[in-house]
Amino acid sequence: MWNRRKDNEDPAPRTSSSYPRPSPTPPPSSEYAKEGIPMSTTPSRAYEPEMYRGSAVIGKSVVVKGQIYTREDLLIDGEVEGGTIESQEHKLTIGPNGRVHANIKAREIVVLGTVNGNVEASDKIDIRKDARLTGDIKTARIVIEDGAYFKGSIDIMKAEAKPQTPPLRTPPPPAEPGPPPAAPGSPK
Amino acid sequence: MLFGERWKAIFRGGGSPATPPLPHSSRYASARETRSIRAAPESSSNVRRSPGLEQFFHMVRDTAGLWMLDLSAASQSNVSFVTNLGHRLYTVDLVRTLDETYPAESFFEAQGNPRLAQQVVDQSLNFPAHQFDGALVWDCLQYMAPALLETVVDRLYEILRPNAYLLAFFSAEERAVTVPRYLYRIADGRTLLLVPQEHRALSQHFTSRHLERLFGRFQQIKFFLARDSLREVLVKR
Repeated sequence: MWNRRKDNEDPAPRTSSSYPRPSPTPPPSSEYAKEGIPMSTTPSRAYEPEMYRGSAVIGKSVVVKGQIYTREDLLIDGEVEGGTIESQEHKLTIGPNGRVHANIKAREIVVLGTVNGNVEASDKIDIRKDARLTGDIKTARIVIEDGAYFKGSIDIMKAEAKPQTPPLRTPPPPAEPGPPPAAPGSPK
Repeated sequence: MLFGERWKAIFRGGGSPATPPLPHSSRYASARETRSIRAAPESSSNVRRSPGLEQFFHMVRDTAGLWMLDLSAASQSNVSFVTNLGHRLYTVDLVRTLDETYPAESFFEAQGNPRLAQQVVDQSLNFPAHQFDGALVWDCLQYMAPALLETVVDRLYEILRPNAYLLAFFSAEERAVTVPRYLYRIADGRTLLLVPQEHRALSQHFTSRHLERLFGRFQQIKFFLARDSLREVLVKR
């Protein structure tokens, strides 16, 4: 009662920037035994923790009403109502607790929760098992796991041919080797 | 202990294989209960050659950009196959809509309610007229009582373009009360992968005469009967 351990408490929702990145080598076990040091600060989730890496996070207790525009990967595990969600060059993940009533545009979209709205991904849409998506999809590639609920149309966009950038031109070698140009300030 | 073993056997689908025919009035509810507790006997997918599917895609493969309607649960294989042909696909799980609309204990009786029938049509088939160039209906229609069935087929007629094709499957077993339900996954243009689901009650037995009457407004109807007692029906709008 008095010595309540912090490691029994649920971690509060945080943004991704405050989540410690999982280190490849675990700390020595003696560190875990120290009183007051949480055993783990990463949230215990049924889905892959790598979803958090480098993503902004809308936690499951957060409700957003309106438009979202992001310039980084975004994980929505809360509720978003109305408007649009745009993450043109980035990945958008609707977590298992996520509920979105909005149109979505992103480079890559992963759905584990519920989406009601039209969805457009310039690269790929991934609808996981137990996800529910009601709306029209426009994408270049799509993955639907068995068990996912989807109602709507699927329009596969042909991959656009990227405009060819002209090759870098290296200055042509001089036709005749001449005298090297004089350095500024050097005597003629 | 014995009681537990018995239930385990039922959940594994190990109950008596032959379901005795039930009186018409009580068969719906009993069969519906059966649907919810008995797993399909097969645990793995079956591969099936489908002449109906072959003809269906033969009609639509030369033109890209058509609109196809798939009335089963969304699957990667169907989506990939149809979109790789250059078509657009609309998918809606009609059987799931039925299950969400009608109570389990009066599944078929409630289908006589015109308000609920309209609700099913509005939820699942609410499209502009002549929207689709083809419809993959699979075996959905055989789980509908006559009143709802007529409403749904009329709606399918409305949303299909003239000369569009519709592919539907019906059990050809005359005495079957329940049939195993499958998810139909397109392996290639002539082969289906049948993923077993639960056993479901049939609303009625569909003879060729029944089906001709059911699709009476359509231009043509073609039957394919295979060894596994599944009648494939290809209909031209």
